[in-house]
Amino acid sequence: MYAYDEIDRTLVNERVSEFRDQVKRRLSGELTEDEFKILRLQNGVYLQLHAYMFRVAIPYGTLATNQLRALAHVARKYDRGYGHFTTRQNIQFNWIKLAELPDALEDLAKVGIHAMQTSGNNMRNVTSDQWAGVAPGEIEDPRIWSELIRQHTTLHPEFSFLPRKFKIAITASDHDRAAIKIHDIGLRLIKNEKGETGFEVLVGGGLGRTPFIAKTIKHFVHGRDILSYIEAILRVYNQYGRRDNIYKARIKILVHELGIEKFSREVEEEWQHIRNSSLQIDDEVIEDIRSRFTYPAYEKLPHMPDELRQAAADPEFEAWRKNSVAPHKVQGYSIVTISLKPIGAPPGDATAEQMDALADLADKYSFGEIRVGHEQNLALPHVAKRDLPALWKALDKLGLATPNVNLITDIIACPGLDYCSLANARSIPIAQELTRRFANHELANLIGRLHINISGCINACGHHHVGHIGILGVEKNGEEVYQITIGGRADENAALGTLIGPGVKFDEVADVIEDVVEAYLALRKRPEELFMDTVKRLGVEPFKERVYATR
Amino acid sequence: MTSPLEQKKIKIAGPSIVTANRTWDGIVVYRTATKSWSADLSEAAIVRNSDEAKALLAESVADDVGAIGPYIAPVQVGADGKIEPGNLREQIRRTGVTIGQSAQA
Repeated sequence: MYAYDEIDRTLVNERVSEFRDQVKRRLSGELTEDEFKILRLQNGVYLQLHAYMFRVAIPYGTLATNQLRALAHVARKYDRGYGHFTTRQNIQFNWIKLAELPDALEDLAKVGIHAMQTSGNNMRNVTSDQWAGVAPGEIEDPRIWSELIRQHTTLHPEFSFLPRKFKIAITASDHDRAAIKIHDIGLRLIKNEKGETGFEVLVGGGLGRTPFIAKTIKHFVHGRDILSYIEAILRVYNQYGRRDNIYKARIKILVHELGIEKFSREVEEEWQHIRNSSLQIDDEVIEDIRSRFTYPAYEKLPHMPDELRQAAADPEFEAWRKNSVAPHKVQGYSIVTISLKPIGAPPGDATAEQMDALADLADKYSFGEIRVGHEQNLALPHVAKRDLPALWKALDKLGLATPNVNLITDIIACPGLDYCSLANARSIPIAQELTRRFANHELANLIGRLHINISGCINACGHHHVGHIGILGVEKNGEEVYQITIGGRADENAALGTLIGPGVKFDEVADVIEDVVEAYLALRKRPEELFMDTVKRLGVEPFKERVYATR
Repeated sequence: MTSPLEQKKIKIAGPSIVTANRTWDGIVVYRTATKSWSADLSEAAIVRNSDEAKALLAESVADDVGAIGPYIAPVQVGADGKIEPGNLREQIRRTGVTIGQSAQA
């Protein structure tokens, strides 16, 4: 966990007071909506179909139990009893009243939570690997660097009025769980030949109506130079990024239009002006941040405790363990992913009761820490293996032990037309129907790793471009129509999916996905060949033929 | 169902209303013939041509404290005068999310 200092606490509290005054002036008519809009967006407040939506940041996906309880409290007191975890380590409340928002912000501020950097054309909440600090083989904890960037960019005037929003993600493992290649800047923490910490820097990734996979702009930037290098990128973007056309304003468009070589040269030139400035980071700064991250006092525990050995006889426990429990860097401990994808439910939703109960379980079994992943699931990062059977039983009672992590029913979906003012089509009901179609755990296991991503409009909040199967809802002649892509992925081998054919109607989507899956099962060479491998080997044609031959 | 945020100009293809969200709590409201807002669609003022629509929208925009984000939306008016939303988006705004489960109030 990270302990905020006095500067952070003051900043957060001052922001609450400011916003309270702004809301008061808005409700009295002293501020017009045009004047107020940018102020509310700077505090994570959007207007959606039914109400205001309040987006709260969970920097680098790390939550303490008192923070999760505060989110449950907000859900219960100010909203309708639940929250929605997003694809960028935020949580959204969908029914909040503007008049009560300052109180909600104040309640969150008491535990160091805020909504800064969750909307607007600024540097957004820095995201990272939800297994940061505990993943075996990790180079070092990427949250230290995430926190450094968070501190530097929060309310930074140069980053507060960018041409468009700007997103950074950091990973420190070979397997990228932070989807860095679909971010404006992706940072991969590495060591150079001298053993010094630095970053491979990628730039220009993003989805939306013009998707791009990020390109490497520099293979190694020393850790001490990372702020100046990021700032150099931002300066080039600020100088050349288009402000005349919202659809061409993201840095990915600039990188594409300039070309990565020219863009790199511009950044390099800018960087030379500032790299030896006060932006160079002293070791003491990093050590100070590092010292504010506390790590559990792990016990020395056996690799295979008796409790785990005995529980292995229970097939339901074993199904969950094999699916949801991952190795930890410390012997005797595990990382447990909590699926927020029960069959038939909206992906990423958690009730206030679930959040409270999960906080209790995290206190009991995970040293008081919870993580949030971009796949819209949660994780307990420090669970002793001996406690896994008891934890599983407790999670099962809460409806939080669905053994479907990384399987076909672990669907990523945006709120879609049920909530979102930008959406053209519904996402959640599609996800719900698909989870029902593939509810049989044996079938889901037979299919193996397969990610479905659903977006209700071209803005792609459900990351459909990088779903193994991507579903994009559009509107055609007043009806919801869904385009299907296959072959996308968001990991270290990130790729954009390929459209398999004409769009299909709402009622046909689940049938089409079943056809795609049946085609895969028939086409794969052996059970171990994953969906993505089959698509890579054969291309989209066999799938297209299967789907459209009878339609 | 094209988002009203993407509407470039006012097009009236049939009976329409002006809808928005109430400023203090965000709930869906409709502009009435008495120059106020109502959460009840049956109380919405109906416009049937572009001039009427522009006038109703202009009046709604001017009431910035009452409601935000006003836009023109299609409706269907039955023989008995009953007003129904004219597309799925407005149906969802009127009756709530279609997803059941925890998201229902």
